[in-house]
Amino acid sequence: MEGLLEIKGLKTYFFTEAGVVKAVDGIDFQVGKDESVGLVGESGSGKTVTGLSVFRIVPQPGKIISGSIIFEGEDLLTKSEEEMRRIRGRKISMTFQDPTTSLDPLYTVGDQLAEVIKEHQRELSKKEAMEKATKLIEMVGISEPRIRVNEYPHELSGGMKQRIAIARALASGPSLLFADEPTTNLDVTVQAQVLELIKDLREKQKMSLVMITHDMGIVAEMTQRVQVLYAGMVAEVGETHSLFKRPQHPYTEALLQAVPRIDKRKELRVIPGNIPNLINPPTGCRFHPRCPYAKEICKEKVPQLELTDKGHLSACHLWRDLSLSGA
Amino acid sequence: MENNSKNILEIKNLVKHFPVYTRGILLKKQTDEVHAIDDVSINIDRGENVGLVGESGCGKTTLGKTLMLLEEPDSGQILYNGIDVVEAFRTKNNEKIHEIRHGIQMVFQNPYTSLDPRMTIYDILSEPFAIHKHVEKKEWKNRVYELLKMVNLEEYHAERYPHEFSGGQRQRIAIARALAVDPKLIVADEPVSSLDVSIRAQILNLLTKLQQKKGLSYLYISHDLSSVRQITNRVAVMYLGKIVETANTDEVFSKPLNPYTQALLAAIPIPDPEKKRTKIILSGEVPSATNPPRGCRFNPRCTYVTDLCKEKEPALREITPRHLSACHYSEKFL
Repeated sequence: MEGLLEIKGLKTYFFTEAGVVKAVDGIDFQVGKDESVGLVGESGSGKTVTGLSVFRIVPQPGKIISGSIIFEGEDLLTKSEEEMRRIRGRKISMTFQDPTTSLDPLYTVGDQLAEVIKEHQRELSKKEAMEKATKLIEMVGISEPRIRVNEYPHELSGGMKQRIAIARALASGPSLLFADEPTTNLDVTVQAQVLELIKDLREKQKMSLVMITHDMGIVAEMTQRVQVLYAGMVAEVGETHSLFKRPQHPYTEALLQAVPRIDKRKELRVIPGNIPNLINPPTGCRFHPRCPYAKEICKEKVPQLELTDKGHLSACHLWRDLSLSGA
Repeated sequence: MENNSKNILEIKNLVKHFPVYTRGILLKKQTDEVHAIDDVSINIDRGENVGLVGESGCGKTTLGKTLMLLEEPDSGQILYNGIDVVEAFRTKNNEKIHEIRHGIQMVFQNPYTSLDPRMTIYDILSEPFAIHKHVEKKEWKNRVYELLKMVNLEEYHAERYPHEFSGGQRQRIAIARALAVDPKLIVADEPVSSLDVSIRAQILNLLTKLQQKKGLSYLYISHDLSSVRQITNRVAVMYLGKIVETANTDEVFSKPLNPYTQALLAAIPIPDPEKKRTKIILSGEVPSATNPPRGCRFNPRCTYVTDLCKEKEPALREITPRHLSACHYSEKFL
């Protein structure tokens, strides 16, 4: 597959008073043209910070320490702020988890969409931009777009706000969308609508998608490939079907077996312990204190990503000896 | 007072409406009503875990609060162990109130706000002893240790403060606090929603273990159907203040007889890429409970809607034994 985004050795640290939080600690990540990839992990795994790093909007006191982020052949980390402005939104877009805080309460949704449209198509008049905004609102499946365009965010429901946020992200026809937990705050029936919308737009616009989520169900439904993160590092990468069926990293297995399902009742596996503190992460493999298969070597040596017989990349010393079960 | 009835809790025709005011000059005027709970009846057997599911705004949290009399219902009856809860509070019958508070405990969604940050875990867990006076002071320490052990925490945790614990541990402390008065019924309102996936399983397994070990009953309120499937025996599905379907859990999940339940189940992504299902995508969102739609409340979003649905509100009726559904056409789905 033709590459679109290639992240290599990304390290993003946060320099807090308590110490250096290694939120992203050497992550490789690829997205192909017209591909949809799931970025999975629990809170603190580094999935959101990876997205923010690509956008170069890591908040203080965070800093990108090293690595490269090659997008369409150019390294985003060497771009000036002015050049980044032209890439953000136009070529890569991002939607955030909470649409209530990502929309400006003082402007109508039409104004906010028109602002993005005008930023990227300066020749348009205010009226033309508003016209385009109305079309976008219609495209994301909101009824009565002519009325909605003049409303403020507080007049809309959560599902509508998230659709507006998606409309804004798509306003300039980006080639890559980072959707960061786009449905976490929504009701399930509305979640289904939003996911369907993203799927539909992806097909129509030939857009690549990075789905950042902790919900294995959404990953199964929306992605072709999955990358599992744990404590700021890559645990496993693989094609979605294969990874769900035969995970080759103990953390992936644990994640799949800890989630209750609506189609069957099963023994829920408990992952003991907690997500590690990233100021002082465990030595060796960061998952070893919670891993049922851990051996001496896991405490001492940091595992490197290796290509497995199933074609996954697994950062586990023991993948050859383990026979893990899937969903 | 022992009561031998089969049910630990009976809710009969409960109604709770909230007034909506508009400010005028000097006076405010009631202009509308939110129909949070409209004629809801639920029974919970002893030792049973009943799931109450629905989307935001359907009234499930209000129902939980009404049980604890944190909200007073407009009409209807709540019987806990044969005691009329609403009447006990109205007549300020302290003995009965005491028994109710002793018997029903609540676990909330967010363990970060439900534990007092200035109290040690020992203080938090022993406070119920001081209030209910059912444990002698010299026994407190042992009981606190017992409680900690029950929720898989260690004795030394008693000296610590809530901020020293992770979300999952805090939720376990909240559960231990609920257990401190030996309740018979626990109302758990979204107890795992704010936790990470790897932590959820701990809490769900703990709740099931306690149900079996201590014969507890639960009202498990949640929008997360997969966790409901996992731990409950029976489910009641709520939509806009009304129960639309209730039956034992396996039956609701395998053979839902109400179009709303069907759509709700179809909307949930299954963590298995090989399972391909036909999706029912509902249009629109849950309508406002201020002006619920005429006829069947689900009719504007329903795929099977007919003229009858727009005119007549369907009653909750028994379609097959112990399986109730409020839809004119439930038989169609058998």
